[in-house]
Parts: sequence; C-alpha cells; structure tokens
Amino acid sequence: MTQIIDRRDFLKLAGLGGAVFASGLAGCAGMAAAGSDEFYFVQLSDTHWGFKGDALNPDAGGTLPKAVAAVNALAARPDFIVFTGDLTHTTDDPKERRRRLAEFKQIVSRLDNRNVRFMPGEHDASLDRGQAWKEFFGETHYSFDHKGVHFIALDNVSDPAAKIGDEQLAWLKADLARQAQDAPIVVMTHRPLFDLMPQWDWATRDGAQAIALLMPYRNVTVFYGHIHQEHHHMTGHIAHHSAKSLIFPLPAPGSQPKRVPIPWDAAQPYKGLGFRNVEAEVKKPAYELTEYPVKA
Amino acid sequence: MNRRQLLLALAACAVLAPARSQERVIRIVAKKFEYNPAEITLQKGVPVVLELTSEDVTMGFLATDFRVDVEIVPGKVVQVRLLPEKTGSFDFSCDVFCGDGHEDMGGKIHVV
Repeated sequence: MTQIIDRRDFLKLAGLGGAVFASGLAGCAGMAAAGSDEFYFVQLSDTHWGFKGDALNPDAGGTLPKAVAAVNALAARPDFIVFTGDLTHTTDDPKERRRRLAEFKQIVSRLDNRNVRFMPGEHDASLDRGQAWKEFFGETHYSFDHKGVHFIALDNVSDPAAKIGDEQLAWLKADLARQAQDAPIVVMTHRPLFDLMPQWDWATRDGAQAIALLMPYRNVTVFYGHIHQEHHHMTGHIAHHSAKSLIFPLPAPGSQPKRVPIPWDAAQPYKGLGFRNVEAEVKKPAYELTEYPVKA
Repeated sequence: MNRRQLLLALAACAVLAPARSQERVIRIVAKKFEYNPAEITLQKGVPVVLELTSEDVTMGFLATDFRVDVEIVPGKVVQVRLLPEKTGSFDFSCDVFCGDGHEDMGGKIHVV
C-alpha cells in the first residue's frame, strides 16, 4: 500500500533545483548517542552533458558549470555530493560517449568538495551495460557509511530493460543483513523503484523486490532522479524523493498524454531546473530538503 | 503480486499461446526508434495475435491497457494475443532503452 507523503512533515522547499540539505534523516534519533553528527549532502541529477536543443535549454553547456559554482557557494558545506545518474546524454557512438563522460568529469572536478559519489543513468550506461561509465567512475552499485547512516547506491540502468537483476538483489540482501533493523538507511538510485508511470518508462521492473528487501528496515529513505522534477511518494513507511534535472524539466506524471519535455521559458530561464541539499539531523527522524534553482 | 509482476505474468501467458488459425495476425516490426506500423486498428471483442520482431536491437513492447509487457529480441518472433474489450485509442511504447529517440518510440492501438 502506498500513500502520498505529507510534505509539511518532511520538507522545507526553497526555490531552485536539486541539492539535498538533509535535516533529520529517518532513523537518526539515536545517532547522537553513538557520537554521530549532523551533516549535509548535496544531490544533483540528470545533467545530460552533451545534450543539444535550444528549445529545451539554450544554455545546455552552461547549466552544469553554474550548478557546480552554486554548490561551491553554499553557506553550509556539504559532507559529500552525489550525482544520481544521467551524467551524460546518450549517444550511439562509444567514442563520443567517453568524450562526454570525460568532459563531465572534468567540469565536476571544479567542485570544492572532493568527496563526490557518482551513479549512472540509462543515458550513460544502458547501451553498453555500463562499460564506458565504469572506466571513469568505477562500480555502478556500492554502499558506504557516513556518520552513522548507511548509504546504498543501486544500479537499475545498466540493464536496458530497467532491471536491478538477481545478482545485485542478492548483494543488496547481503548488504542489508549487516544492518540493524532500526539503522538509518539511505538508498540512492536513478529510476524510481516503485511503479510511478511504467508507460513513461518511470519504473524499475524488479524494483518491488528491492523494496521488499528494504521493508523490514524501519528507517529507509530513497533519493532518485530520472523524472526531471521533484516528486515525493511513500511505499509503506519508505519515502521516495526524486530530484530536479539540470538540463530540462519533464511534465508531472500523467499530466499530459506524452512525456514531452517542458520547453525553455525565456521569461523564466532555468525554471524547473536545480539541485537539492539534504540536511541529516541527528535528533529528529526526518529529512529536510532544500531546493536550489539555477541562476542566470 | 504488484501490477508490473501481474503484467509480466499475463504477458508471458500470451506469448506462450500460439496463434490460432482463424485469428487475425498483425505483424509489427520494431527498429530504432519506431514501430511499423505505428498504429493498428482492432475490432472490439475480436481477438488478434500480434507478431513482434526487431530489426536491430532488443526492444520492448509495453501496452498497459492490454496488460502486455514483453521484450523483443532480434531474430525471434514474439507472439502476443490480444482481446480488445473496450473501444478507444491506447498507447504502446518501448520500455527497453535503445538510444537517443527511445523516449519517443511508441504507437497506438485503436479499438472500434
């Protein structure tokens, strides 16, 4: 059973696009006693480096550098930064794919914070099952711990059929088995794990299996990208938050017959684009998200 | 069983069922980034069999209104039996990422 998240309980929204200011991650109440601390991380998503199309974004080459500068200018310095996929726009040419990945990596190397985590999207990885992406960024799924929070990056894009796959699901099960059932867990992925809109390719074929593995854990939050807009959803007690894009926005799920991107608005440049800051607060079991736009 | 698992299970049953001799067979060929034909018209209450093939890479055929979700691997024919139960126009789309243009790859099933 699913329900819409009560945004007032979880969010304070500030304007621009996608960085995560995590204030009060689910399950962080006990972290203070364990010596943990508050922290921030930033989520950026769907930068689609290499995309060209003035009707959707006449500043396609400038938006990512602007976002990098905006993250560097944040008053509250994040502990780390995560890119949740579609770093580059797809191309059939393997050489061009690598050129775009290299350019992307060079641009984001200007981030002051060197602790950056990357994940692939289907535009990066689906045509060669992640081969080129791995050459630049390493494994497509992994986990790590930060100040008492267990982070899990899931790959639901290297298989072009949008599957996590049995092997990775077995890895997830084994990874979760090492966690206490009240451990604060953050899952990062590209596609939604739940069936948001399968006919728009906004789903993961075996995402329900991942959610079933996560269900026994009481403090799980999922951050994802792919749909180029903010969206908040609950599957049981698990909150799912999608981030804005840094190239062009897409329409709200089911709001129009086709998944046609929203054109650039010259009167409001960069509207619908941005990044998110997540504040992880130790004393209150909730996330606080702050959305940042891209400034002209 | 969630909706997607149900779709896949139902689709699997449809694929396994061979075309009956009296049923109309409609061949649809997929290639980057189109189906040919992209629109087909069916009669309400009259079952048909879709024969799906791909000319280049693995494609998907997702028609949620007909509870069909199959993969089309080049060199193989996928048969799907449909029984149109209501009139209208219904979308189908590719749900296996196939490149720049994948998002626009789809078609319509008209039922009259």
